[in-house]
Amino acid sequence: MVIVSVAMLILFCMIYLIPGDPAAVALGPRATDAMREGLRIKMGLDKPVWVQFWNFFFAAWQGDLGRDVLSDRLVATVVMEQLPYTLALIFGGISWSVALGIPLGCWAAVERGTMADRIVGVLSVAVIAVPSFVVAIYALLIFAVALRWLPAIGAGEPGDIGDQLVHLILPSLAVGLGWVGYIARMVRASMLEVLESQHIRTARAFGLPERMITYRYALTIAILPTVTLLGVGIGQMLSSAVFAEIVFARPGVGKLVYDAILTRNYPLVTGAVLVTTILFVLLNLLADLIVGALDPRVRSRL
Amino acid sequence: MTVLSIKDLNVTFSTEGGRLHALKDVSFDVPERRIVGVVGESGCGKSTLINAILGLLADNGRVDAGSITFEGEDLTRLGPARMQELRGQRISTVFQDPMGALNPVLSVGRQMRNIQYRSGRSRSEKDARSEAMLRQVRIPDAQAALARYPHEFSGGMRQRVAIAMALMMRPALLIADEPTTALDATLEVATIELLRELQQDIACSVLFISHHLGVIAELCDDVVVMYAGEVVERGTTRQVFHTPRHPYARRLLECDPARQSGRTRHLPTIPGEIPDLRQRPPGCVFATRCDQRVDACDKVPPDVAVETGHVARCVLAEAR
Ligand SMILES: Nc1ncnc2c1ncn2[C@@H]1O[C@H](COP(=O)(O)OP(=O)(O)O)[C@@H](O)[C@H]1O
Ligand code: SF4
Ligand SMILES: [Mg+2]
Repeated sequence: MVIVSVAMLILFCMIYLIPGDPAAVALGPRATDAMREGLRIKMGLDKPVWVQFWNFFFAAWQGDLGRDVLSDRLVATVVMEQLPYTLALIFGGISWSVALGIPLGCWAAVERGTMADRIVGVLSVAVIAVPSFVVAIYALLIFAVALRWLPAIGAGEPGDIGDQLVHLILPSLAVGLGWVGYIARMVRASMLEVLESQHIRTARAFGLPERMITYRYALTIAILPTVTLLGVGIGQMLSSAVFAEIVFARPGVGKLVYDAILTRNYPLVTGAVLVTTILFVLLNLLADLIVGALDPRVRSRL
Repeated sequence: MTVLSIKDLNVTFSTEGGRLHALKDVSFDVPERRIVGVVGESGCGKSTLINAILGLLADNGRVDAGSITFEGEDLTRLGPARMQELRGQRISTVFQDPMGALNPVLSVGRQMRNIQYRSGRSRSEKDARSEAMLRQVRIPDAQAALARYPHEFSGGMRQRVAIAMALMMRPALLIADEPTTALDATLEVATIELLRELQQDIACSVLFISHHLGVIAELCDDVVVMYAGEVVERGTTRQVFHTPRHPYARRLLECDPARQSGRTRHLPTIPGEIPDLRQRPPGCVFATRCDQRVDACDKVPPDVAVETGHVARCVLAEAR
């Protein structure tokens, strides 16, 4: 609640400080001064700043994010239409990073000091260093344009889940690839720490098989910091999602905000960013809940 | 019958400053159904000894010479698979730290079930066995306890859970590495009582490592006194506590007049330091701290049998 409110305040100030008149943009160059003034009054832009903020704030808490300046549709509706695409992209990115990062990190920890460990280490740093839009562009060029294995643009036929998933592969890879590196490093480090702990020594002294010790006794603990990291990392993924949506010409909240900024469609910008902030907070909460579900020590503190 | 017989065991670690000779010519026996105590300052090689027996030495450590014979097999020559088979089944261990010794994210029942993974019993049979074991270590409401996690138990209870896990497969040898050091005095007494009771019930031998001379005197049949990776004196508890022959053992014991029942929970401190184990002195390892040293101490002292079963590694032991 507090986070969302503060975000709303910051957002409002930022939008207010951007030069340019939304009413002028909305009506186009051929509008008369009177028409612009009329729209400004309708949008509440003639009121003092704090009144504008209060109106925005109050309405937003009730779910009213205003109307899209261009199409005059409800902002909430427009954003909600795009939200599933972005959510799919984020979860796709998380799936890539978890599906590749955890096994790689675990493997590197078990094989520590070997060539395999070193290769994973170098790869991790490499994928972290490459910005996601570069990944997006190269993935597009290699797999979609040169090899033609996967579709290049769009989100797939509405209603056709298979087609949509195929269209999701490359953009979500662009969002998640850097995270493969983060997670691999994180899991490796915490695995090494956990493997040193006393209870692992006890498990060995009880003659448990090494596989059981690695996966059930150590990895279950070593992934906990990763879940927390992912929760915080959602913000970064949301920003990568903007690039991925633009490069792959996918619908989504990122693309929506980008287009809205270009056209100074402020209610849409504020609305979309606000929804994203709420999403960020909710996904963080989800990460905490997952940690609680995995760690009985945390669970009993909740 | 001896369950465990250690002969001339030498263990070294490779370190940056050269090879560290952590155990030198260690020999002693653990007879059937007896409780053997091991005492010595920290750093004298007690944990190394346990790890060598369990086949769990750190990657940089190795057994250079000697043998560890357990139920007729030399553990130093067994492959990792056979070693793993013995651990938890024939040789089990209780560690010092009841906070950290159990897995924090698996329920107690799950951990106890996992220990029986080799038994071929069904899941419900395993759980019934776990429950019975918890009841035997007097965990209240044993059935509900199976579903609980280690952090939900108090320190003393957790140590009893750890003991239940260790004795689950009725091992021939239980190794207890300072099992009561982290507990307060009252809990210590209760835990010792419990260990003794279970040892009688299961009819196993125990290798009991402790700093607490009072507990050793009370619980153990035999005592091994270690100093800087060597067994400097060993014998029955009576022999070692009443007529200690090695100057180090004597110094340890004379600090505590009411020794058998003494409440000293830490070893008495003796002036001086353990020598650097990377450069062992050429002669007696205790020479730097010994107040009775003679010229002959510059040579490696022999293991002198002063009585049947009572051995001291000191040139003066014979003369007395
Ligand atoms: N993995 C290791 N590498 C190097 N030296 C070690 C290692 N483990 C133990 N040591 C050394 O071996 C000696 C005995 O240690 P330890 O067996 O832990 O003693 P204790 O358990 O009696 O306190 C110490 O000098 C310690 O520094
Ligand atoms: S051999 Fe010599 S130096 Fe060593 S304990 Fe005996 S008297 Fe002391
Ligand atoms: Mg120790």
